[in-house]
Amino acid sequence: MTPDRLRAALRGVPDPRWLDAALRRVRTEPAAITRLFPAAARHCGRGPLPDLPGWTVDEAARALLLAALPADHAATTAEALYRYGDAAEKRAVLRALPLLPIGAACVPLLHDAIRTNDTRLVAAALGPYARHLEQAAWRQAVLKCVFTGVPLAVVDDLDGRADAELAAMLAALAAERHAAGRAMPADATDLLDRLGAGSDLTTAREA
Amino acid sequence: MRIFDPHIHMTSRTTDDYERMAAAGVRAVVEPAFWLGQPRTSAATFVDYFDSLIGWEPFRAGQFGVRHHATVALNPKEANDPRCHPVLDLLPRYLDKDGVVAVGEIGYDSMTPAEDAAFAAQLALAVGHDLPALVHTPHRDKARGVERSLAVVTESGIDPGRVLVDHLNEVTVKLVRDTGCWLGFSIYPDTKMTPGRMVELLKTYGTERMLVNSAADWGRSDPLLTRATGEALLLAGFTDDDVDRVLWRNPVEFYGQSGRLDLGDLDAPAATFAGNSILRGGE
Ligand SMILES: [Zn+2]
Repeated sequence: MTPDRLRAALRGVPDPRWLDAALRRVRTEPAAITRLFPAAARHCGRGPLPDLPGWTVDEAARALLLAALPADHAATTAEALYRYGDAAEKRAVLRALPLLPIGAACVPLLHDAIRTNDTRLVAAALGPYARHLEQAAWRQAVLKCVFTGVPLAVVDDLDGRADAELAAMLAALAAERHAAGRAMPADATDLLDRLGAGSDLTTAREA
Repeated sequence: MRIFDPHIHMTSRTTDDYERMAAAGVRAVVEPAFWLGQPRTSAATFVDYFDSLIGWEPFRAGQFGVRHHATVALNPKEANDPRCHPVLDLLPRYLDKDGVVAVGEIGYDSMTPAEDAAFAAQLALAVGHDLPALVHTPHRDKARGVERSLAVVTESGIDPGRVLVDHLNEVTVKLVRDTGCWLGFSIYPDTKMTPGRMVELLKTYGTERMLVNSAADWGRSDPLLTRATGEALLLAGFTDDDVDRVLWRNPVEFYGQSGRLDLGDLDAPAATFAGNSILRGGE
């Protein structure tokens, strides 16, 4: 994802002048983002973005605002907006992280999001920025997705990163589910298959 | 029967309540910030509370298809504790949030000078943020509390049509009816109002600018009393349209003045993933 693609996908917002003015203002007066960021959904909308599946209008508008910040403000501002954001603002910050010149500075935000019980935040934490997340935390987060019914399609680079330890954790969950007479989500059993750990779990899948 | 409960403290209620409320027709709620029973000793703990009102609680409500909005304020009781005064400086940040549709609950508990100051300051915040205000009226010395509240409202310059004066009863309704403010009635076991008395009030004063809420909280209260009141109104001869006005359109109109009430796609599936963690219990 790039800011240019987000901007292009947002060309249909109801009030394009508000968004343009907000972006200009954030470039020259970074502190203005504090009030513009929460207001973005009211001016731009909240629905899905037809040109960018998986993104909503407010997420994209807020991610653009963050990307417009001067580079030396990006990490601290993302942190503050996340800290004081409502659930939708937090989600937008998480989605924006891979667009920002911040290195691994905002990994603590991923930890916070993954700890929550809000499945939308957990999902948003597992995008491309999760490449900075240490492997043990990443595995736990993927397992939490399976446990709470978040589709694994939200996990960036799932197959590249899934390892034997994750397979063992998923297999153990499948065994528990099987013992309880409950099903595993199909995307999790498919992943186990791809990891070569699915062969002895046929019974779990049938449960 | 579609029900909008314009005053309910879901933080103090269980997930079972959401399930029962949804089954009874409650599709939207407003949760005012209030006193939690246990006194708070710092502003920081309010930050976590307000965050929950715009984060976790709307998510929990969404599991059951209930739309959740909040009002945010320093409540009158804790306005008397100097340790809580810094909360007033934190409010502007929250008054910018999409899910915050009014400043409230503000008003009086014991009618002290500290309450005067917090009340006036927060009405000014409502005007400054172009938000309506929810005014709690005191349990004790209620009639004088209502009169004094109305005087403060007038002095603030806020449009009375953007003020909801809550917890009214047979005595205090008369003081508010002609002020242009909206009138809230809490149907609450033992204290406040009952469904039968509410029916009589609506017969006498009509349905215009009248709101009914459960004010359910950590006390002995019942989140289904909005529904019970709707049924009592029908039994007493009110039409479906009357009931819809009181239990849905009036609160929508009042809080809609914030420009932030989001009731779109109420019939769409909850904005989350199927089989989520709440329906399944915590970890
Ligand atoms: Zn209350």
